[in-house]
Amino acid sequence: MSGALLEARGLALAFGGVRAADGVDLEVAPGEILAIIGPNGAGKTTFLNMVTGYLRPQAGSIRFAGREIAGLPPRRIVRLGIARSFQIPQLFAEHRVIENVALHLAARDGFWAPFRPLLSPARRSEALAILDDLELAPLAEARADTLDEGARKLVDIAMALALRPRLLLMDEPTSGVAASEKHAIMDRLVAALRRASVTAVFVEHDMEVVARHADRVAVWSQGRIRAEGPPEAVLADPLVRREVIGVEGAPC
Amino acid sequence: MRRLLPVAAAVGLLLLLAGLQPWLRFVLTIALSTGLAVLGIAMLLRAGQVSFGHALYVAAGAYAVAFARPHTGEGLLLLLLAGLVATGLGLLVGLFVTRYRDIFFGMLNLAFSMVGWSLLEKLYGLTRGTDGIRVARPTLLGFALEGAAWEWALFSAALAAALLAGALVASYLRSPAGEALGAIKTRETRLEFAGISARRVLLQAYVVSATLAGLGGAIGALATLHVTPLLAYWTHSGELVFVAILGGTGNVLGPFLGAVVFELVRVHAAAAFPDAWQMILGLVLLAIVLAAARGLVGLLDDLAVRLGWRG
Amino acid sequence: MGLLFLLAALDGLAYAAQVFLVAVGLTLVFGVLKILNVAHGSLFAIGAYLASTLVGLVGVPWLSLLALAMAALAVGVVLGPVIERGLLARIYEKEHVLQLLVTFALLMILEDVQKLVWGVQPLFEDAPVRLLGQVEVGGIVYTVYQLLLLPGVALLVLVVLAWFLRRTLLGRTIVAVTHDREAAEAIGIDSRRVYLLTFTIGAALAAMGGALAAPTTSLVPGIGVQTIVLSFAVVATAGLGRIEGAAATALLIGLGRSFAVYFTPELEVVVPYLLMVAVLLVRPAGLFGSTELRRV
Ligand SMILES: Nc1ncnc2c1ncn2[C@@H]1O[C@H](COP(=O)(O)OP(=O)(O)OP(=O)(O)O)[C@@H](O)[C@H]1O
Ligand SMILES: [Mg+2]
Repeated sequence: MSGALLEARGLALAFGGVRAADGVDLEVAPGEILAIIGPNGAGKTTFLNMVTGYLRPQAGSIRFAGREIAGLPPRRIVRLGIARSFQIPQLFAEHRVIENVALHLAARDGFWAPFRPLLSPARRSEALAILDDLELAPLAEARADTLDEGARKLVDIAMALALRPRLLLMDEPTSGVAASEKHAIMDRLVAALRRASVTAVFVEHDMEVVARHADRVAVWSQGRIRAEGPPEAVLADPLVRREVIGVEGAPC
Repeated sequence: MRRLLPVAAAVGLLLLLAGLQPWLRFVLTIALSTGLAVLGIAMLLRAGQVSFGHALYVAAGAYAVAFARPHTGEGLLLLLLAGLVATGLGLLVGLFVTRYRDIFFGMLNLAFSMVGWSLLEKLYGLTRGTDGIRVARPTLLGFALEGAAWEWALFSAALAAALLAGALVASYLRSPAGEALGAIKTRETRLEFAGISARRVLLQAYVVSATLAGLGGAIGALATLHVTPLLAYWTHSGELVFVAILGGTGNVLGPFLGAVVFELVRVHAAAAFPDAWQMILGLVLLAIVLAAARGLVGLLDDLAVRLGWRG
Repeated sequence: MGLLFLLAALDGLAYAAQVFLVAVGLTLVFGVLKILNVAHGSLFAIGAYLASTLVGLVGVPWLSLLALAMAALAVGVVLGPVIERGLLARIYEKEHVLQLLVTFALLMILEDVQKLVWGVQPLFEDAPVRLLGQVEVGGIVYTVYQLLLLPGVALLVLVVLAWFLRRTLLGRTIVAVTHDREAAEAIGIDSRRVYLLTFTIGAALAAMGGALAAPTTSLVPGIGVQTIVLSFAVVATAGLGRIEGAAATALLIGLGRSFAVYFTPELEVVVPYLLMVAVLLVRPAGLFGSTELRRV
C-alpha cells in the first residue's frame, strides 16, 4: 500500500540465536497513533532501533514516505522526519532541561552558527512551550541529572518533539511516570500530537493507556506481529490476553 | 557587565606586573602564549576528551614562524601564517583522531605528537635537529623595535590575542555547537538522534584548539626567538594539560590564570628542581584531580561567594 | 641485499618480542581494569634501569640472567600493588578522562623518579648478551640473546598466559571479571583481588620487557614514554584487550620498523604509526577487536 507513511516489510534481525525480529511487516498510516504491545524481550525496542537506524536489519525493507531508509545512519533518518524517545532516557545529564530541548530545536536550524547563543530569546520561548505541553515548565532550569525517572522520560519525549518530526516513535513513554499523572500527561501529549498532525508509534505496557489513546494496536511476540487491529478488538482477543497481557478470561 | 569585571581586573593586574620588571614582561608574554594553547585544551575537556599531544600544534606554529622568517620580516604576518599552518595540521590529524574518544583520543594525540617530535629531531637538514632554529626579530606593523619597546609591543600583541581569543571562545561555547561539546561528554548517541554529527562538533573544536595552540606557539617563538623540537615533546603537552586543570575549565579565564601562575612558579621552581619538576607537576595534578577541585577559577569563585560578591 | 633482508628480519623479530612483552601487559590490564595505564611504559623503563643496576652489582656473568628476572619481579610485586591499591583503586568508578589524567600524572612522577635515581647519563650494560655469545645464521653473526632468548621468552609468556587464562581457575576468574564484573561478583568473585593480581602481572610483564631490552640498548630518559606510545600503537592496532592479537601485531610492527631502519631510515619512527593509522582507518576497532553497541 502506497498511502502508508511508514512501511516495514520482512524485517529480520538475530542476536546470536535470539531472533529479535523474525519477519516483521507493519504499515503506519499518516496521522494515526499506533500502540505496540508485547511481553519483555519480544523485540519491540529492536523494531524502533531498526526504523531509526541504530540497528541495521539483516533482511527486509523499511520505507518512509516512499523512500527506502533501512541501513541509513540515525542522523540521516532523523533529518527525513523521524524522531524518537527512549526506553532508558538519553539526556545530556550535565545540561539543564531547557538546554536539552533547545539543543534539539537548534538541531533543525542554526546549529552551526558559531556566535549565536543556544538560548536565544526565540529558542527559549519555543522550548518552554514544548515543555509546557508535557507539564514540565517548572523543571526547565533544573539540571537533567537531578530529575526523577518519570520526569526524565518526559524530557526525553520533549527533546524528540522539539525536532518537529512527521513520525514520532516513543519507547514506553509513561513507564516511571506516577500512575496518578499518567493519563493527564498522555491526554496532553496525544492532543499535542493530533494538533500538529504528527504520526506516532508508542510501545506501551499499560493496557489502559493503550485502550484510551491508540487508534490501532500491534501485538509483538518473539520477533513477530501476532495480532493487529483496533484496541477494543485486539485487547479482547483471548489469545492476546493470555499470551501477551498475561490475563485469563474476559475483559473487565 | 558583571562578566567583564573579572576580565578588566585581570588585564589591569597583568599590565601592572608587566610594568614592574622587564623579566616579568617576558614571562607574562610566555604565559599568555601558553594560555592560548591551554584554552584549546580546555575546549576539548568540555567534551570529556583530553589530548596528550597538543604541543604538536604549538611546535607547528613556532616552526612555521622559524621557517617563514627568512622570507618575511613582518611579525603579524608570521602569526597569521603560523595560525594557518597549525589549523591545517589540526584539520588533517583531527579528521582521524575525532573518530575516537577517551583513551584512544588521548593516546592517538600523544602518538602523533611523538612522531612530530621525532621528525623535528631527525630531519636535521631541515630543522637542525636538537639545536633548533634561531629566529631573527621581525618588525611589528612595520616598526623595527628594540629592547623595552619590542617587549611591550609583543606583550601587547599577546594580550590582544588572548582577549580576542577568550571572547570568541566564550561566545562559541555558548552557541549550540559549543554546548554540544558537553553533550558529547554525557550522551553522544543522543546528538546523532538529533540529526547532529558528534564527530563534526568535536572536529570543529579540535581545529580551533589547534589554531589556538599554533598561535600560542608563534607568540612564544617571537618571545624567545628560538625554536627547538622540545616544543613538541610529550612533557610540553603534559604541561598544557596540567595548566588546563590547574586553571579550571569552567571559564575561559581559567587557562590564562593557570598559565600565569604556572609560568611565574616555573621561573623559580624549575631551576631549583630541574630533575623533579615533572614530578611536582604530577603530584599537584593528582591532588587536583583526586580532590575533584575546579582549579584556580573554582577557588576564586568560592572566594567570591564567601565574600558575598556573588550569590 | 639478501643479507640485509635477513638482518632486518632478525632485528624485527627480537624487537617484536620485546614490544610484545610490554604491550601484552598493557592490554591485559586494560581488559580487566578497563583503565589504560599511561605509566605502563615507565614500569618498562624502571625495570630496564633496575636490571642494568642489578647486573652491574652481581658482577658474575652467569648470574646476570637471573638478575634480569629479579628486576622484573621486584618491579612487579613492589610497584604493582602500590600503584593499584594506592591510586587506581580510587578511580575505577570515575570518568574516563579522570582515569587518563591520573595515570598520566603517574607517568610524569615516575619519569622524574627514574631520573632522580639513575640520572640522565646513558646507561649500558650488556653482560647478559655477552654471556650467551653469538651464532652464525645464513652468513650473519648474530647474538644468541636476540636470536633465541628474546623471542623464546616472548613465546613462553604468550603460551603460559594463554594457558593460565583458559585452563586455570584463577585465570578463568580473571576472564570472568573481564567479561562482566557484576555477574562475576554476584557469584562470589572478589574483583578487588583480581584487579590487584592482574595489575601486578601487567606491571611485571612491562618490567620484564624492560629488563630484557636493557642489555641490547643504552638507557636514556624518555624511553618510558616512547615505549608506552609504541605499545599503545601495537595494542590499538590489535584491538584493545586482545592478547594473541597483540602478539601478531607486535610482529607486524616490529618487522615494519626494522625494515624501515634498513631500507628507509628516515621513516623509522613513523612506520609503526603509519601501520596503526592504516589499520584503524579500515578497522576502527583494530585488527582483532570488535565494537559493542550500547543498548538504548
Ligand atoms: N544489542 C543487543 N545485543 C544482543 N541482544 C540484544 C540486543 N538488543 C536486544 N537484544 C535481545 O533481543 C531481544 C529483543 O529485545 P528488545 O529490547 O527488542 O525487547 P523489547 O520487546 O523491547 O522488551 P522490553 O519490553 O523488555 O523492553 C531480547 O532477547 C534481547 O535480549
Ligand atoms: Mg524495550
